[in-house]
Amino acid sequence: MPIVVQRPRLTIAEKCYFPAIMKGLRITLGHAIRILLRKKKVTMQYPEAKWDDHLPEHYRGAPALVTDEHDRERCVSCQLCEFICPPRAITIIPEEIPAGDEWQKVEKRPKIFDIDMIRCIYCGMCEEVCPEQAIFLRKDYAITGVSREEMVHDKKKLYEIGGRREGLVNKWNELK
Amino acid sequence: MNCSLASIEFSAVLIHVIKIVVLVFVVILPMVAYSVWAERKVSAIIQDRVGPNRVGIPFTKISLAGLGQPIADGVKFLLKEDLTPGHVNKLYFWLAPALTMVPAILTCAVLPFGSELFGEKMVVADLNVGPLFIFAIASLSVYGIVLAGWSSNSKYPFLGGIRSSSQMISYEISLGLSLVPVLLIFGELNLSTIVEEQSKNGWLLLPLWGEGAVWNGGWDRFFLFFPACIAFIVFTTSIFAETNRLPFDLPECETELVAGYHTEYSSMKFALFFLGEYAAMIIGSGLIVTLFLGGWSLPFGWDAGLMKMAGNPEQVPWWLGLMHIATFLGKVIAFIIFFIWVRWTLPRFRYDQLMKLGWIVFFELALLNIFITAGILILTRP
Repeated sequence: MPIVVQRPRLTIAEKCYFPAIMKGLRITLGHAIRILLRKKKVTMQYPEAKWDDHLPEHYRGAPALVTDEHDRERCVSCQLCEFICPPRAITIIPEEIPAGDEWQKVEKRPKIFDIDMIRCIYCGMCEEVCPEQAIFLRKDYAITGVSREEMVHDKKKLYEIGGRREGLVNKWNELK
Repeated sequence: MNCSLASIEFSAVLIHVIKIVVLVFVVILPMVAYSVWAERKVSAIIQDRVGPNRVGIPFTKISLAGLGQPIADGVKFLLKEDLTPGHVNKLYFWLAPALTMVPAILTCAVLPFGSELFGEKMVVADLNVGPLFIFAIASLSVYGIVLAGWSSNSKYPFLGGIRSSSQMISYEISLGLSLVPVLLIFGELNLSTIVEEQSKNGWLLLPLWGEGAVWNGGWDRFFLFFPACIAFIVFTTSIFAETNRLPFDLPECETELVAGYHTEYSSMKFALFFLGEYAAMIIGSGLIVTLFLGGWSLPFGWDAGLMKMAGNPEQVPWWLGLMHIATFLGKVIAFIIFFIWVRWTLPRFRYDQLMKLGWIVFFELALLNIFITAGILILTRP
């Protein structure tokens, strides 16, 4: 059964806009006065005051690579993050771990691992897809630079941001 | 007529040039710049924000509540790339910004912005047809918008230009008609004389002293208060529409037309449209203040009292002259803040509502108001 929505019948006061306009002006004036009397504070003066201490655990900032408790780079160059990355910000060139290396059984490691921070959309897909838990989104958000080259985080920079992270994956440990 | 060069008094010309330069470059243009600042600041406090508060004196950390912002904006506008798109009609494209800015500034010629200073009347041109001059010049600014819309050779500016011209033409009628009762009441078209009359006998919307007060036998002004209020409301609303301010900013309504008639403009040419709009707003406020709220005069007949205190009844002392200028500017600034306040309160009208309001409500109301005023005048001033 169709429902007919009745148009509301407006009173004369509503039709001539005037009381409504006055009401609106009163509301905006109320807000203005509250701000002027400093009864309400809403804006944070950004560079001086920051929200950093209140960032939640799940905050998605800049992605970074981590090393494990043996200072081994966790990344094994499977390139899953490179393929999943929606804006294609990640470039990985793998290399074989040479014979004689302590971690030769891992077989692969990244020769080049670049994340273009101009492209990165901080979606966290790389973190989610990584089977080795080698890439994490940290809480850094103010990534700036004066050139495009500067905005590309290379392997060194990524490990610098990421640092060391212990636990979680034990696959390559001596113990196993 | 003997109009040789020798007959022109050099000092009189000089005084006029000084008045024009001071009025335009020291009063109007900085006021335009700072009304943009006020717009941003008032909108911020209305929306529970902070607004511009960083820019102050360059190379120092003194921010002065962001008062440097308009100057920084101006410099930015001047330094930006001035792009003229290839598909535009160059001549009219260049002419249009000037045609919006110039009429807005021209109209301030007849506004009395003070009584007298050192025996010199504080008005650039003391015309006997003040309001008519303002309407004649102010309606020219529609050409700037039409030309901008048409010469841009692009759809959005074109639609914006069409909207603006039809809106301005419709509201010009109620603007003119709503003023007729005011002119009937004063029996005068010279803005300076109108203000002097209000200074002596009560403002049009505040007839509480002199011959305008009821207890002094000003019954005519008492009854005329009602039509004056109607005229005030119609005139103020029409000024809103005429200056393309919200709630009537259909010509540049961002959600539909990108930016309306100035979509294709950049740099200083865009800034001229921007400044023209604000200048028109300032002149509009000045006109409303002059006609309805006593212009430069102080309330409650204090002018006469202060003149008596100064001794010489013929010449206005310099401190009173300065006080009058300050009063006028204060009233205008208060009105500009009202304009801004309304802008950040009301939503935009729909276009058919706008046209309906102009043609069906305000036009009739203003016409009726003339007859009411004339009737009251016949009955109370035999």
